[in-house]
Amino acid sequence: MSRRLHIEVFRYNPLDPNSQPHMQSFYVEEYDSMTLFIALNIIRDEQDPTLQFDFCCRAGICGSCGMVINGRPGLACHTQTRDLPDHIVLHPLPVFKLIGDLSVDTGTWFRDAGQRIEAWVHNDHDDFDPQAEEVRMENDLANDIFELDRCIECGCCVSACGTARMREDFLGATSIARIARFYLDPRDERNQENYYQVIGNDQGVFGCMGLLGCEDVCPKHIPLQDQLGIMRRMLAIHSVKGILPKRVLEKLQHKGCCHESH
Amino acid sequence: MQIIYSDLLCIGAGLAGERVAVEAAKAGFDVICLSIVPPRRSHSSAAQGGMQAALGNAIMGDGDSPDIHFADTVKGSDWGCDQEVARIFADTAPIVMREVAHWGVPWNRVEAGVHTYYKGGKPFEAEEKRDKHGLIHARAFGGTAKWRTCYTADGTGRSVLNTLDSMCLRYEVGIHDRTQAEALIHDGENCLGAIVRCLKTGELKAYLATATLIATGGYGRIYRATTNAVICDGGGQIAALDTGLVPMGNMEAIQFHPTGTVPTDILVTEGCRGDGGTLLDVNEYRFMPDYEPEKAELASRDVVSRRMQEHIRKGLGVQSPYGDHLWLDIRHLGEKHITTKLREVYDICTNFLGVNPIHDLIPVRPTQHYSMGGIRTNKDGAAYGLKGLFSAGEAACWDMHGFNRLGGNSLAETVVAGRYVGKKIVEFLQGHTVDFKQSAINDAHTKVAARILEMSKGSSKQESAIQLRDEMHSTMMDNVGIFRNGKDLQTAVDKLEELLDRSKNIKLQGSAIGFNPEISLALRIPGMLKLAQCTAYGALMRTESRGAHTREDFPERNDKKWLNRTLAYWKEGETRPELKYEDASPYFEIPPGERGYGGGKIITADIPEEKLRLPKNSADAKKTKKTKKAS
Repeated sequence: MSRRLHIEVFRYNPLDPNSQPHMQSFYVEEYDSMTLFIALNIIRDEQDPTLQFDFCCRAGICGSCGMVINGRPGLACHTQTRDLPDHIVLHPLPVFKLIGDLSVDTGTWFRDAGQRIEAWVHNDHDDFDPQAEEVRMENDLANDIFELDRCIECGCCVSACGTARMREDFLGATSIARIARFYLDPRDERNQENYYQVIGNDQGVFGCMGLLGCEDVCPKHIPLQDQLGIMRRMLAIHSVKGILPKRVLEKLQHKGCCHESH
Repeated sequence: MQIIYSDLLCIGAGLAGERVAVEAAKAGFDVICLSIVPPRRSHSSAAQGGMQAALGNAIMGDGDSPDIHFADTVKGSDWGCDQEVARIFADTAPIVMREVAHWGVPWNRVEAGVHTYYKGGKPFEAEEKRDKHGLIHARAFGGTAKWRTCYTADGTGRSVLNTLDSMCLRYEVGIHDRTQAEALIHDGENCLGAIVRCLKTGELKAYLATATLIATGGYGRIYRATTNAVICDGGGQIAALDTGLVPMGNMEAIQFHPTGTVPTDILVTEGCRGDGGTLLDVNEYRFMPDYEPEKAELASRDVVSRRMQEHIRKGLGVQSPYGDHLWLDIRHLGEKHITTKLREVYDICTNFLGVNPIHDLIPVRPTQHYSMGGIRTNKDGAAYGLKGLFSAGEAACWDMHGFNRLGGNSLAETVVAGRYVGKKIVEFLQGHTVDFKQSAINDAHTKVAARILEMSKGSSKQESAIQLRDEMHSTMMDNVGIFRNGKDLQTAVDKLEELLDRSKNIKLQGSAIGFNPEISLALRIPGMLKLAQCTAYGALMRTESRGAHTREDFPERNDKKWLNRTLAYWKEGETRPELKYEDASPYFEIPPGERGYGGGKIITADIPEEKLRLPKNSADAKKTKKTKKAS
């Protein structure tokens, strides 16, 4: 039953002038409930202490360990080796800057995207009254907002995105879902025009080619496809506001979420 | 060497670090957060259950008040906490929950009308009040008199962390991720910043700051089986302890969470039991009510973990290749509840265990989870021993948890302490200037650089950091667990002393230009051994049982002798920490008594009359009275 796994890993150290990108083979005895987290740590502990990769929570919650596993972006920590053939090929996520081997710089990318879309609730934050009751909210709306707040910024969707591979400045489905979260949130005082300024362009919703690799690989099953559609519809309608009759616009226009039927 | 200045340097960018950073940045100060990982990957993100705050909106939390929350916290701590701090915490928690709601946290809300809830596996109906509709809801957690735990499904840490991180973005806090603080820069009196290793390039840099905060979380990775993330290696505590000036408080107070999963040690939230889940043994018999008739599965974590271990020792555990375990049963909560309010649990069970919790039982056993101890601070979050050094969150011993913390109290502590300590740091920055001494910077830098050079060259003895880590793990697992005794603890102390000595001869196995991950572990191991020794030695010397610290050879809680806090100092070159003790609390608003769960004998103390009263002139005492009137 026990297999000998052949794990082929991309190696390259950009800081070492003598390092050339290449694949290196390691062999590990498989055991019960083995994940790629366990397998890679065995390799580092026993075979090559210089191997670079990222793990943190090792529970599929933090998003550190995105990598390309047999050609498909995914989280290494929750990938069981028993679900893979005995030859496993690992590459770092494309699009992001390579730090070394399987480790990429997602932090800088997501922070930059957050700045571009101003990913915070736009209100008067100093307006908080410590003695006052909290502003009320419907529980369903809270759930809808949280649904989009579940993103762990692993970068899998960006790596699986055709547009992101072709244009460096594409914000990706993750950023569009992130801004949809604020669009849903009544505490954010931005209007449609404000959102249009940020993502109503080729770097934002109109850059998407609709290949939907993002939705396929999202390990948290965030409704990325729906959010792209909803935001694109909202902004498309906004851009023809002066042209279409008001009655038609009103019919087309409503905030939507994943739970809504389309 | 590159030198980077800021007013406040936050080491750690989880909930506590970011909350402090936001407070200082809002006050106009220049703040930099260091983090091993991008901030949103901090271990705060893994916190599932929620944050305790006495809002009293939920029908099952009706009539709740900070007074009741305070009392639950003190009992939970087994009277080991600082009651002045626990009071500050309980009084401020509701405000902080509302504040983060204002900033964007999508708390679950009260829905008016009749709902079916579960307690101890049995359904019951309760009607949420119309006038509370839309306010922040709460769920049940262990050791609490009321339903008080505010939550966003089972991703509370994730949602609050996202919100605080968005505020850091908004207030332009500098985030320097993939950095590790290796040593504090200090002149013997003032903390001046830290020597920091860049985890992209391996380069050492000096970060100088008027105030430095350590908010690096716990040190669970001194154990092999822990729910903690791989980055929870006590880096912050090590940097503080290594100064020889800053003590660690109550390091022997280690929490074992009842529901770590088997075999991966990944946590499933206490919310499972709070929402009505039960614990079953090999015969699928619900055993907790036999031990704890009143609280059953929802006694405090130390008690439930102890009872589980006791039950396993009776031979009633489920045998598996990974050791004996028990079952957690949430099947009766139904598919909808499990896939929405316990979704993370569902994902963990299906992805890692191959178990579908809607139909199957979840294998669980008590697993190292939380460090009540840490960098000892005063109530303002200022560390003992160095001016300008602060600490907050799990990294600190503030100390509101004493010898056992309640579920939902640590996640709440991160933001409550973050806000409170943040304001104190702002006051400190407003009235303080500091002289950055070149000699202090060079000293700290030289120490770290010399260590790296030494381990690259290697000595004739050539110890492997991985081997030392594995031996430390075995020592802690075998001898410093839930049930402790003098003999095992002595074994641990001796072994850890040997390992620390051997760690001087660590030799790198490989070499790499730029960043070398092996150096990260090799640099950390001696410090982790010191933290492990503070834990084991503190536990050996504390000859009583209190909260999570259970001595089989000293089963009584001994208030006469041990109503105090351990302070562990480590002078340079020593093989063991020096232990000192201080009073557990400046005064006892609630005098030591029975917890109401857990059983056990108490040797009572003679506490002077004046310590059983609130101090007359204290501003906090006045505030307390006001709150009491209001509630």
